[in-house]
Amino acid sequence: MTASAAGEAPESESGVSGWALMLRNVNKAFEGVQALEDVSFSVRIGEIHCLAGENGCGKSTLIKIVTGVYSPDSGTEIEVFGERHASITPAQARTLGISVIWQDLALFPHMTVAENIAFDESVGLIPKFFSQGSSYRRAEKALNRLRVDLDLSASLNSLPIAKRQIVAIARALHANAKLIFMDEPTSSLTQSETDNLLRIVKTLSTEGVSVVFVSHRLAEVIEISSRLTVLRNGRLVGVYDTSDMTQTRLGSLMTGQELVSEVSARDCSGNPPVLEIEGLSRSGEYSDVSLKVRSGEIVGVIGLIGAGRTELAHSLIGMTAPDSGSLRLNGRRISPRSVRDAISAGIAYVSEDRLTLGLIQQQSISANVVITVLSKILGLMGLISPKRQGSLVSKWIDELAIQIGHPDHAVSTLSGGNQQRVVLAKWLTTSPRLLILDSPTVGVDVGARAGIFRIARKLADEGIAILLISDEVHEVHYNSDRVLHMRNGRIVWEHDPASASLSQLEARVYA
Amino acid sequence: MRRLVTGYTVELRLLAVLLAMCVCLSILSEHFLTAGNLTALLNNNAVNLIWAVGLLVVLISGGIDISFAVAASVVQYVAVYCFGALGGGNWFFGFVVCGMLGIGLGLINAYLIHSFRIISIVVTIATFNAFFGLLMFFTSGRFIYNLPSWWVDRIFIFEHQAADGTWSELNLSVAVMAACVFATWVIIAGTNVGRQIYAFGDNPEGARRAGVNIAFMQAVAFGWMGLMAGIAGLMQVNIVKEVVPNALIGRELDVLAAVVLGGARLGGGKGSILGCILGVMFVAITQNGLNLLGVSPFAFQMIIGSVILIAISTSNLSLGDAFERLPLAAAFKRRTLRR
Amino acid sequence: MNEAVAALKRRVGPETLALAGFLACLVVAFSAFSPRFLSVANFNSMAFQLPVLGLLTLAMLAPILSGGLNLAIIFTANMSGLTLAWVLIQAGGTEAGVAAFFVGCVAAVAVGATAGGLMGLVVAYTGAHPILVSLAMMIFLRGLGEFLTRGGDISGFPEFVGRIGHGSLLGIPVPLLVFGAVAFGWHVMLKYSRHGFSVYMIGSNIRASEYSGLPTARTLTLIYTLSGVLCAIAGILMVSRFNSVRVGHGEALLLVTVLACFLGGVDPFGGFGRVAPVAVALVILQVLSSGLNLLGANQHLSTAVWGLFLILVMVLRHMLSRARIFLKKRKEI
Repeated sequence: MTASAAGEAPESESGVSGWALMLRNVNKAFEGVQALEDVSFSVRIGEIHCLAGENGCGKSTLIKIVTGVYSPDSGTEIEVFGERHASITPAQARTLGISVIWQDLALFPHMTVAENIAFDESVGLIPKFFSQGSSYRRAEKALNRLRVDLDLSASLNSLPIAKRQIVAIARALHANAKLIFMDEPTSSLTQSETDNLLRIVKTLSTEGVSVVFVSHRLAEVIEISSRLTVLRNGRLVGVYDTSDMTQTRLGSLMTGQELVSEVSARDCSGNPPVLEIEGLSRSGEYSDVSLKVRSGEIVGVIGLIGAGRTELAHSLIGMTAPDSGSLRLNGRRISPRSVRDAISAGIAYVSEDRLTLGLIQQQSISANVVITVLSKILGLMGLISPKRQGSLVSKWIDELAIQIGHPDHAVSTLSGGNQQRVVLAKWLTTSPRLLILDSPTVGVDVGARAGIFRIARKLADEGIAILLISDEVHEVHYNSDRVLHMRNGRIVWEHDPASASLSQLEARVYA
Repeated sequence: MRRLVTGYTVELRLLAVLLAMCVCLSILSEHFLTAGNLTALLNNNAVNLIWAVGLLVVLISGGIDISFAVAASVVQYVAVYCFGALGGGNWFFGFVVCGMLGIGLGLINAYLIHSFRIISIVVTIATFNAFFGLLMFFTSGRFIYNLPSWWVDRIFIFEHQAADGTWSELNLSVAVMAACVFATWVIIAGTNVGRQIYAFGDNPEGARRAGVNIAFMQAVAFGWMGLMAGIAGLMQVNIVKEVVPNALIGRELDVLAAVVLGGARLGGGKGSILGCILGVMFVAITQNGLNLLGVSPFAFQMIIGSVILIAISTSNLSLGDAFERLPLAAAFKRRTLRR
Repeated sequence: MNEAVAALKRRVGPETLALAGFLACLVVAFSAFSPRFLSVANFNSMAFQLPVLGLLTLAMLAPILSGGLNLAIIFTANMSGLTLAWVLIQAGGTEAGVAAFFVGCVAAVAVGATAGGLMGLVVAYTGAHPILVSLAMMIFLRGLGEFLTRGGDISGFPEFVGRIGHGSLLGIPVPLLVFGAVAFGWHVMLKYSRHGFSVYMIGSNIRASEYSGLPTARTLTLIYTLSGVLCAIAGILMVSRFNSVRVGHGEALLLVTVLACFLGGVDPFGGFGRVAPVAVALVILQVLSSGLNLLGANQHLSTAVWGLFLILVMVLRHMLSRARIFLKKRKEI
């Protein structure tokens, strides 16, 4: 077997021999559009490899070719475990041991863990009896291989996302997968969950199972994999060893632009406080939280998922009520009981979950922008005035430079970055004094992220107080004036990006 | 044991309520726990239960069917002519003919749903109107009493004379019902096809990616519903000894309420035979109990309606799954898939 | 010319235009086959028949837009009619005065609103499935009605009540006027009021609506209440048209209202749908039924044709959307 392909990194790992997958000259055009052009991609047996690139770079097209969803154009060479194929059918991919864990996991929420893991043995048109007991035993075996203990009879929808992911991996193993693609596996995991996932993936790797991470989150990409392949606009940028890769370099490889990360922190201690939280607690979520956000200040709140940061935000916008403590906005005591209370008090909340909570995807851009301020667009007899609605919407579309076709088009037609701007527009219409940004860059391309933070900085300059919640250390360090570290529902540390370094913060958060 | 508790919360609650009801009724009425009453209960609900298990399969697969009761009437009429052409027919032909006709009607629904990506509620409301309108048009609403004797003769599978001389018996429809329930149970709980129907109802996109043949699953679910509708139509004639075109219309919603009460989830992926039986029997025993207690028959429906209303309100309050509160939208959203 | 069509399309929606075009074809075809189709008598009979189904369809429309369904509309209408009948009979039956009629109407609307509001509360606060809630309500109201009337008819109302159902004002049948007014009000409510806006948003995504500060529970409760009010108006109209009340009257219309909504392009998942195309769809159904009637067919054939017609429309829509996706793909390249 030949071990050289275009752009190959030198063989560095010991004890790894042979290739799980070798693709050469992959071409795929969709009705004239070249989705992939002369891409080569290879994965060693037992390797943890990363496939990186922005949305639309051809990552998913590549996976779909490997798994047989698409057939490649002529000239493509596919070699799976040493066997040559012109193209692969989905059934072939399965028997060859290629398996994909999609971002949405494609599991069955009302089935048990065991039923999910063993599901694939049921697929087929030929009726046959199946025995619950034996499928339970096989499911248990798959979990044992991962050295994970899960309640086999628990209903899947009672598990947190991280455990569901483990179920998905076990399901792939149960189907004898030898090459597993994981599509954005960590996008909704906390750091510790990600670490756990990584541990499991390493277990797999020692058993000779190859894993390909498909991701656009930079930090983990570097941390997890041994090699990475970068795609941009359907072409191969290169194959790199992760040992000498930095986030900044990877970012510029993915986008093709030099990304500069500069600490933007400034001293706002002279400004009047907008939000003052005093000893706020809610049992099981967060306790004794005290913080201040001043006018024009961006305060970052860093914490792993489950640290209580989103829960704190939910109390600020009136979705839940705190058990004790006080909230002050512009010096006035408030206790919002509903989102509407919070809006009228001057609080806006950009949710972490843009797809299901932040926007109503099927509805028009226009409707999504005005949804928070219906009372501002009323005309004759208290009815909604289409004219006022139109002018308000076009004002914000201009202001935030949102790229849209027509305000009446559905929000779902926009890219992630533009959708996030629509969310911002929707909240800025309420003229908030405090803007809470909860993980604002989830699902937004690296290139478009800077734009979101530029807007945030501009808003701060206009006097809005901003609370930036995130689990990406990098993001809060470079974009906030102060960073509060939250752990187990408490604020445990304050970090000053101007005087302390990123690695100091990282060390604390990931400790 | 824990699996039993967590997996069947609705069923266990219903069972507990049902048992409590039975205990109360047997104390309040000496007639309740008599062989005569219990067999009558089964005889009277056999047809509903046959429909119910068919509907259960459709609900698990994520669909809904409004047209089955009308389909059963259509089957009855067409079957009369088929038996005429076959020179009278017999039970064997009866099952074959009615079963095939029912499956055919079910497959019409499945075809429209799958091929044109129309959601099942729209399709079955349309076919409900089409089936019923055509049936009434072609039959002009005529009743048929002149039926083959094998079809209308009573067949008892169990007879028993109590000490006081009253007879209690189970008729053929109960045996057929038991067979239908058993067959449905085998399919959904014991075969890979059942697994795939659950999976398809639970997460159609996930099932499709796993290689489940979605067209086939739709066909099985609606075909099975059709088969059950056809068989129920056949047995209904055996019970009432006549064919009336508009006798069954309207019962579809009552059966639907009973099945959903038994824990089947509108939206798919969840539901069990046990729950289905309990749901139907819950409604039946409520009615039976009210009857025995001397409540005016006109009040039955009112009380049953309020009981269901209370049941769903409280079950959702206590078991509230906040993420499942999105009503019809979530329930049927995922039915129309890209290929 | 093209611009005019485009402007019209934007104003009334593409759905309305297509349906109206189909309606025109239908009218031409029927008038070619039956000379009586284009007669005043036929139009009058249609104008008197349409409003009851129309009001019930509007009552069904709003809950569907909010992502639900209201299966209890017929029996809500029956119960409201029963309330009116009870008040009239208490006030002396055929001797009852206009005041009694008004009191009866207010009571009927109150009953309709209560039935609807109760459903709305259960749907909004327990999160139970609207199909199930309204189904239980339907069974309950049917039982209640049967319990109160013992399954019989109630009749014997003052003569002027019948005039509302059969009379005309300025040459336009009164029921049609009622329907027109309600449809216009419904249109304004859905398209221009804050409440209507919320209904559409909730129909698409209730949690996102909640996170955007919309009063979701209040909106759901209110929309089912209003649906109940519309049922009550339909119930009053039924009393005045048939001069009697029977529980179960109009039962066959239940699924026809759903059919009319879907025909009018209402999204079965909620969030999308308008009054105008639904109204056109209603006229189409009425024309189909009256036209077939004139050609010698009975109501049952019309029912069948309605069902087949819905299937046809859905199939055509599916094919159109596929063609559109195909064309869009080609254009992008």
